[in-house]
Amino acid sequence: MKNLSLIAYLDLKESIRAKWFIVYSLVFGGLIALFFIAGVTESQVMGFSGLSRLLLMYIQITIVILPIFILITTVRSISGDRDNHILEYMLSFPISLKHYYWGKIIGRFITVYLPVLFAMVIAIIFGAIKGAAIPWSIFFLYTGLLFSLSSTFLGIAFFISSFVKSSEVALGIAFFIWIFLLAFIDIALISLMLQQRMNEGVILFIALINPMELFRVAAISLFDPELTVMGPVAFYILDLMSQGIFVLVAIGYPLLLGLMFATFGFVIFKKKDLV
Amino acid sequence: MIEVKNLTKKFGSHLSLDSVSCTFDIGESIALMGANGAGKTTLIRSILGYYHPDGGEVLINGQNPIKERTNVLKDISFVPQLPPPIKLSIEELMHYISVSADVDKELIKHYANEMKLDINENMSKSFFKLSGGMKQKLLIAISLAKKSNIIIYDEPTANLDPKARDDFYRLLEQNEEPKTLLFVTHRLEEVKELVNRQIYMDMGKIFSDEVF
Repeated sequence: MKNLSLIAYLDLKESIRAKWFIVYSLVFGGLIALFFIAGVTESQVMGFSGLSRLLLMYIQITIVILPIFILITTVRSISGDRDNHILEYMLSFPISLKHYYWGKIIGRFITVYLPVLFAMVIAIIFGAIKGAAIPWSIFFLYTGLLFSLSSTFLGIAFFISSFVKSSEVALGIAFFIWIFLLAFIDIALISLMLQQRMNEGVILFIALINPMELFRVAAISLFDPELTVMGPVAFYILDLMSQGIFVLVAIGYPLLLGLMFATFGFVIFKKKDLV
Repeated sequence: MIEVKNLTKKFGSHLSLDSVSCTFDIGESIALMGANGAGKTTLIRSILGYYHPDGGEVLINGQNPIKERTNVLKDISFVPQLPPPIKLSIEELMHYISVSADVDKELIKHYANEMKLDINENMSKSFFKLSGGMKQKLLIAISLAKKSNIIIYDEPTANLDPKARDDFYRLLEQNEEPKTLLFVTHRLEEVKELVNRQIYMDMGKIFSDEVF
C-alpha cells in the first residue's frame, strides 16, 4: 500500500506543477467567476434562477469540456512515459505494476476532479455571501455526476494509454472518442430518428449507454423531474425507471464503465511489453 | 546470478534475440558489445523483466523477472544510456527511490558527492532541468547507493567528462561487495580495466564470449 500511495502522491505533485493543470483550474474557476460577473444568478430562464441556474449552466458547459480535458491530459500518462523512457527507469525499481498503474490513476483522478469540485464550492460560498438560496440537492447531485463522469473518461484515457505506443496516436484516439460520444448526444441520434431507420427503443438504448447523454439527462432531472424539456424521450426513460433510480443509474453506470475500462487497461499494461 | 536460457524475442517479423543462452555469475564484470540492432538493449530489458519473451526464459537468482518482479528488482540497479526527462524534483525522485527500494537518501548524497555533484543545492530542481552530466552522475550515485548484487550500465559514461569518468571508475573499483556488473558499451577501452569478460552480439545472437 505504501507504494500505491507513493505513486499517487508523486503523480499528484507532478500534475499540480504542470501548465495544463493551471489552465484546467483556471477554465473551471473562470467559468464560475464569469457567470457571477455576467449576472447569471440574477437572471431567470425557463423557471431557473439564482444559484440553480448558475450550476445548470456550469454543468451544461462542463459536459462538453470536462471529457476532452481529462482525455487530453491523461491519455499520455503511460504512453508518454513509455515514449520518453521514463517508464524504463522508474520501473527498474521494485514497484509492482499494480501499484504503479492504480497509483497513477488515483493521483490523476484527484488532479482532474478537485478543480471541478472546487469551482462549484466557490460558487456556493460566493452565492451564500450574496444571500442566494443554496440548492444543496443540486450541488450534491452534480458532485456525484461529476465524480462518475470523471471516472469514465479517466478509465477510458488509461485504457488507451495502456496499449498505444505513441502518445500522438493516443491523442488522436482520445479526440475521436470525445467527438463520437458528443455526436451521439444529439446530432447522430436526431438524424437516426428523422430517417426512422431504427426503432425508438434502440435509439434510446444508444443514448443511455452514452455516459455523456446520461450525465446530461440526470443533470436536468432535478429541475424537471418529469423531464418535459426532453420531449417524448422522457416517457421512455420514466416508463423504464423512476426518477430516483434513474439518478442512481446515471451515477453508478459511468462509474462502473470507468472502472471497467481502467481494469482492461491494467490487464493490457500487465500483459504487454512494458517499454 | 543471471541465467538466460534459449531466449527469443521478436518484434513483428524482426527477430531481436535468437535463442540466446548465457550465464552471468557474481564477481563477473561483463562488457556487452555489438553494433546497433544487435540485441543488447533487448537482452538488458529482458533481464529487467520489461519484455515478454517469445521463447526461452530469464532467471535472476532463480526467479522470473516478470512473475517475481519486485523481488528480482530489489537486487538490480540500472542506469540507462540517456537519462529520461523525469519531471519530479530531485527530492521527490530520491523519496520515490528511498520508499520503493529502501535506499538510504544519505548514501545517495554520499555517492553524488563522490561524483562531485552537489545535490543539496539542487534538491527542489526538476530532474530534467539538470545538465546531461549532472543527471548521469545522479543516476550513477543512485545505482551505487542501492547496494544491489547486479548493476546494469547502458553506456554509463556517455555524458560524463574525463574527470567524472575517473570518479565513476574509482567508485566501482572501491566497491567491496562482489557483484555482477554488466556494461553495455561500444568502446571496450573505456571499461577494459573493469571487466573480466567480453560478449559480442550480432543479429540477435552471441557471436563471441571471452573470459580474460
